[in-house]
Order: sequence, then C-alpha cells, then structure tokens
Amino acid sequence: MNVVVCVKQIPDPADPGALNADHTLKRDGKLILDESDSYGVEMALQLVDKAGEGEVTLVSMAPNGEVSGLRTALAMGAAKAVLVSDDALKGAGALDTAKVLAAAIKRVEGADLVLAATESSDGYTGTVPEQIAAILDLPSITFAKSVEIADGTVKVQRQTEAGYDECESPLPALVSVTAGVVEPRYPSFKGIMAAKSKPVDTVTIADLGIDAAIVGWAGAGQEIVNVEAAPEREAGEVIEDDGEAHVKIVEFLDGLKVL
Amino acid sequence: MALSKVWVHAEINENGVAPITLEMLAKARTIADTVEAFVGDAGDGVAATLGAHGATTVHATGDLGGKLQGVHVAAALAAAIEAGGAPDLLMLGTTYDGRDIAARLSVKLDKPVLTNNIDVDVTDGIVVTTPIFGGTQLVKTKFAAGAPAIALFRPKSFVAEESGGGAAAVAELAVPDTGAAGTAVRTNRFVEETSGPKLDEAAVVVAGGRGLGEAAKFELIEDLAKTLKGAPGASRAIVDAGWVPYSYQVGQTGKVVKPTVYIAAGISGATQHMVGMKGSKNIIAINKDPEAPIFGVADLGIVGDVHKVLPKLLEALQAR
Repeated sequence: MNVVVCVKQIPDPADPGALNADHTLKRDGKLILDESDSYGVEMALQLVDKAGEGEVTLVSMAPNGEVSGLRTALAMGAAKAVLVSDDALKGAGALDTAKVLAAAIKRVEGADLVLAATESSDGYTGTVPEQIAAILDLPSITFAKSVEIADGTVKVQRQTEAGYDECESPLPALVSVTAGVVEPRYPSFKGIMAAKSKPVDTVTIADLGIDAAIVGWAGAGQEIVNVEAAPEREAGEVIEDDGEAHVKIVEFLDGLKVL
Repeated sequence: MALSKVWVHAEINENGVAPITLEMLAKARTIADTVEAFVGDAGDGVAATLGAHGATTVHATGDLGGKLQGVHVAAALAAAIEAGGAPDLLMLGTTYDGRDIAARLSVKLDKPVLTNNIDVDVTDGIVVTTPIFGGTQLVKTKFAAGAPAIALFRPKSFVAEESGGGAAAVAELAVPDTGAAGTAVRTNRFVEETSGPKLDEAAVVVAGGRGLGEAAKFELIEDLAKTLKGAPGASRAIVDAGWVPYSYQVGQTGKVVKPTVYIAAGISGATQHMVGMKGSKNIIAINKDPEAPIFGVADLGIVGDVHKVLPKLLEALQAR
C-alpha cells in the first residue's frame, strides 16, 4: 500500500497575512505544514500501517526550496518527499498547482492512493484535489470524513450538506479528507531526528516536463484588477458580566422582536 | 455590457432546488440576456422552480443513480461546450458537488476556476469579488482565458427572487463515457436527524466554541437554540475536537449564516469563523477574554463566563 499525500507549506496562520505588490501572497518568511494537511498525513500513515507494507510519500510545491513544513510531516512518519520549487510558479492558480502536483505524483512509482486535504488554510479554493484527479484520470471521492481500504477498494464516508454519503472506488484513486478524519500524531523526538536524513527530491518544472509559459502568472488566465479593505463592521456595546448580563441579552432580543 | 448567456448549476437537496441555486439565478438575470440551468439529475421535477426564478431551459443529465456528480456532470458540460453551446459564464455554488464539477470541468477545458466569490460584475469583462484573509480584504479578479468563465459563489451572496417565469424547458445533457475516472460510486445516503430550523436558514443561530470547556456543555447551546426556535452552530475548534458533527460548523470551511441574531458563546472569533457569520444582522458575543476578536464585530458583547451567563439566560427566557 503506497500512499502519496499532497501537503502545502504555508505562512503561519497566526501571523496576519499580507500581499506582495503583484498581489501574490507573501510567502518569503518561514513556512509551516498546513494543519489541514496533517490529517491526510496521519490517515496515510494509518492506512499503510494497517496494510502492513508500503510507504507514505509527500508531494509539495513551495518557493525557495522550503522544506520546514515537509520535515514536520516526515517527522510524523512519511518516508520521503518530492518538492517542486521554481520561480516560474509565482502566482500559480489552483489549476496550475494541480498540473504541477499531478506531474510530481507521476514521479512516485506504484502509488495506490493519493490523499489531500479538502482545501488549504490560506488559498482555500477546495478545487485542487479534484483537478489533480482529473489530470491523472483517476476516480476521486472528495470531502471524506472516514477512509477505509479493503480488497483493492477505498470506502469513504463523504460529507454532504445533510449528513454523509457512503462511497467507494477501485484503486488507484484520489481522496480528499476533511479536518477531523483522524487525530494527527505529534512527531516524536526520534521522528524529528530521523526526518533530518529522509530524502527530499527537489525538482524544477523543467524536470517535470512542464512549460513555464503555461503555469504561474504567465498561464493563470486571470488578472487581479483590485484589492481593497472590506467594509468593517462596527463594534457595539461591550459590558462586563455583573451577574445580570442575561437581562441585557433578553432586552436586546426583545428589541429585535425575535422572542 | 451584459453577457449573452449564463449557465447556473442547479443543486438539488432533500427539499428540492437548493437556496444557493435560486440566489445565483437572481444574480444571473441581472447580468445576462439568457439564463439557463444545468442539473446532474432528472429535469422534470425542478423545471417549474427553476423557471419561476428565471431559467428558460434546464439542461439535465437525467438521474445519475449512484454515479458521482463531479466527473459526470463535468464531462457532459464539456461535451456540450465543445459542440458549440458555450455560455459566457458558468455559475456554481461553493458546495461539495459544485467544487467537484467546476474542478473537473476546468481541467477538461483548461481554464481557471475562481472560487469563494461573493459578487460578479460584467461592466468591463467578467470580474468576480473574493474575500481573503478571513474577509478583511476583497480581491477583484478578471477572467482572461476566454469563454466560458467558471466561477463558484459562496451561499448567501445574492438574494433569491422569483421572476414570474413559466416552467423551464428540459433539454438533454448527454453524459459521455467517463472511463476509469468515472468508477467511484455512491452506495448509500445518510441524513443526520436534526429537529428545528436548518443552520443556514434559521432566524436565530446560537453557536458554541472552545470556551464551553467540554463536549457535554454543548447541551447549553442546544437548549438555548431550541428555546429561541433557532439552530445550534459551532466553531471549527470543537468540530475538529469531535464534540459535534461537521454539519454544525460555521465559517470558511463550514456554513455561511446570516441570521437576524447570531449568539456566539465561548467563541474567540478566529478569522476562519468570522467569515462565516460576519454578515449576521445582529451579533451577541459572550466570552471571558475581553481581548477576543469576536467583540470587534458584536453589537452586544458580554465579557463573562458562558457557564454563568447561559444558564441564567435560559432560565429567564423559559420563564416568559
């Protein structure tokens, strides 16, 4: 059972996000593993464990050869990583990203399953996993809240508006997982030490056979015309609870005629 | 400049045509001469509703059975577009199936898809508005890859309005062979039992977060929601922690709500959460941290312990 997990290294969400002059996201500081991706990594590790053979390979795209987020996932237990890092990818949209990740996944031999988070915490398009599946011509099940593998079939509980659908697909396939599908482990000290020497295959888009003219700003097919501050909501009255704050809430609700 | 033709994805839920579809149809009528719908299901049952909201035709694949929407509807759309029926713009909801269909279609057509939009303008090309950084900034992006543009809209971006039109004509949207990619299937559906109004339709939403301290205390939220004839909601933190199902989640990854009153109890107000509830008409926040960002958007903020305020509030309301 070989599982490839797509992971994104993002600016720390605890820091306020900012844009460069060309409207791309500032990603020049230290990048960390997107927390959303830790669920896919954990799920992959558990599936490989259960199968009793195989390994987990990470695939990522990031500027400046950034590996700090990858090391976190390697410390959790992934065996190796493919990192695509290329200046031409600046400004890459969801479809470009999917093309690059799909090409990187193809470098991993014998992948039975591709896992990804449903969406990244920063870009949050929620389309990249399904686009990767389309490029690789794989069946896919998105928004998984549980994943099991038996007899060459992946069985998934897929989130819906009203509950969930039970779905299944033959392998190889792609599955995108929601946060909460499993509880991600914390890397152990031993894992952190071992991660330092695990192989990271760093490649450019030329290595992947991708033309710079079709990805990044050059191939985005979209043009940002304006970025502006959203209208702010005014803060109202803030009071300290003196034991009678509930009366104030009842009065407020009364005023709105919702009681 | 009005567009010549817009196609709107008709999403079907257990109650018929989903609100997001009717919202997009209302917007589509203001930007295009011809508005048509497409559906990955039989068209007959929804033609009247879609027509009453302005769609003149519904392109329907027929019942797909257990086949998944993404692959099959995208393949059918791509075939129709290649045959010469391309609209200027395809509008879909930022929903589970909406994202799958748009993503698959974008690869088939090799065109970008822009997600999470809250508005569209066609005065100078097709320009969509997208909130970023938890809704603090708005980005306007123009499609520059030729027709059709593919855009996904967040629920509640527009207001649904009937047009008074007659039933939409039903046209066949043929699904071509999808090969290996089409082999995933749905084997069963489960609807989680909920009583009371739906989270994204309720006039009152009472949402709980980490400040409740433990899963069992979510009962306070449910009791208060029930007393106010509203719906209970939750922050991502307690959904990830497994206290309540994902269907309760309000925020960027969860539901967008715009109730008359939103009561946030023990929720600090991460940007992730705020983007899903900032559009509420009135916001009441109860949190013990006076620095919590939620107070920045609250009309009435109570700095206090939810375990003290909520039981008293419940008692006062139930005594009325």
